[in-house]
Amino acid sequence: MTLAINLMLWLLVGALGLIAGYRGRVLLKNGLRDGAMEFIHLLPRIAIGVVGSGFIAEVLPRALIAPWLGPKSGLTGVLIATLGGALTPGGPVVGFSIGAAALKSGAGAPQVIAYSTAWALYAVHRLVMWEVPLMPPRVVWLRAAVSVPLPFIAAALAMLLAKP
Amino acid sequence: MTEPAPQRHRRRAFDWSTAAIAALAFSAGATVYWRDGPARFLTIFESDLLLFGDMLPKVLAGCLIGAFVTLLLPRELVARWVGHESGFTGLLIAALFGFILPGGPITIYPVAGAFLAMGADAGAIVAFITSWTLVGYTRALVWELPFFGSHFVIWRIVEALPLPILAGVLARIAARAVFARR
Repeated sequence: MTLAINLMLWLLVGALGLIAGYRGRVLLKNGLRDGAMEFIHLLPRIAIGVVGSGFIAEVLPRALIAPWLGPKSGLTGVLIATLGGALTPGGPVVGFSIGAAALKSGAGAPQVIAYSTAWALYAVHRLVMWEVPLMPPRVVWLRAAVSVPLPFIAAALAMLLAKP
Repeated sequence: MTEPAPQRHRRRAFDWSTAAIAALAFSAGATVYWRDGPARFLTIFESDLLLFGDMLPKVLAGCLIGAFVTLLLPRELVARWVGHESGFTGLLIAALFGFILPGGPITIYPVAGAFLAMGADAGAIVAFITSWTLVGYTRALVWELPFFGSHFVIWRIVEALPLPILAGVLARIAARAVFARR
């Protein structure tokens, strides 16, 4: 499956590159440069996070994770995960590292989905640092309010489908 | 709104989030090494490095797709499109553009602000931002895949598909209730 995904993605890169090249060589060059710069910027961050989350998972106390966040923790686990997601500060490295470490050390998939959904939608730190300065506050709070149930719905769907 | 959004932002090579995770990872790695021995340390290191290496071509593809879409799809045009649509179609289009548009919070919130200025309602904005955070492909490709692997990420996205529209509908109901009381 990973080969099919790679193939699809690179076909898309090729198609977009062709369109850009057709519109002008500068556009093609800029696209390649911007993409490569972004990749170089992200590489060390992702490497530290991915390799780090394996070690963090290994030292996390499994005996504590399983009852509170494990597949059998049910709604309580989802609630704890959602609260944890909302209160996690920092950028994507932090949120994804914690989520991956929890999954590796025995947390259930619906609980981890609830965590990352809550963290992505309404991590308090990001709302205050990023969204409020750039958007009308009433829209920000409206969005945060209607997002409150979403991690629970995502976790419920994950439980119903029993996947991943 | 008349100022075009800057194409690229000066970014610091160092950030506190990465430093914190690096410190945590280093102490966890040292703990594993002393507690469980070098063999266990190497096993974990190797398996995570393999996952990371396997995902690198996808991360690079994600970065390139994001860069090309940013250059090829003028945000002005998107804003006009989303702003003029209303009803359920408006929510669908906003969610679709949330999926398509790449970028981080610095670039995406101003775009959402431009939608407002072009006449989009709160429901469309909420559908757009929810779709961008939960379903957006750049974030999934670049960040989520290396951490969780493709199986987990694909299912997480499938389970998130209805959420942007749902959030948009909820936002419309909530906005209407608030305005009705005034």
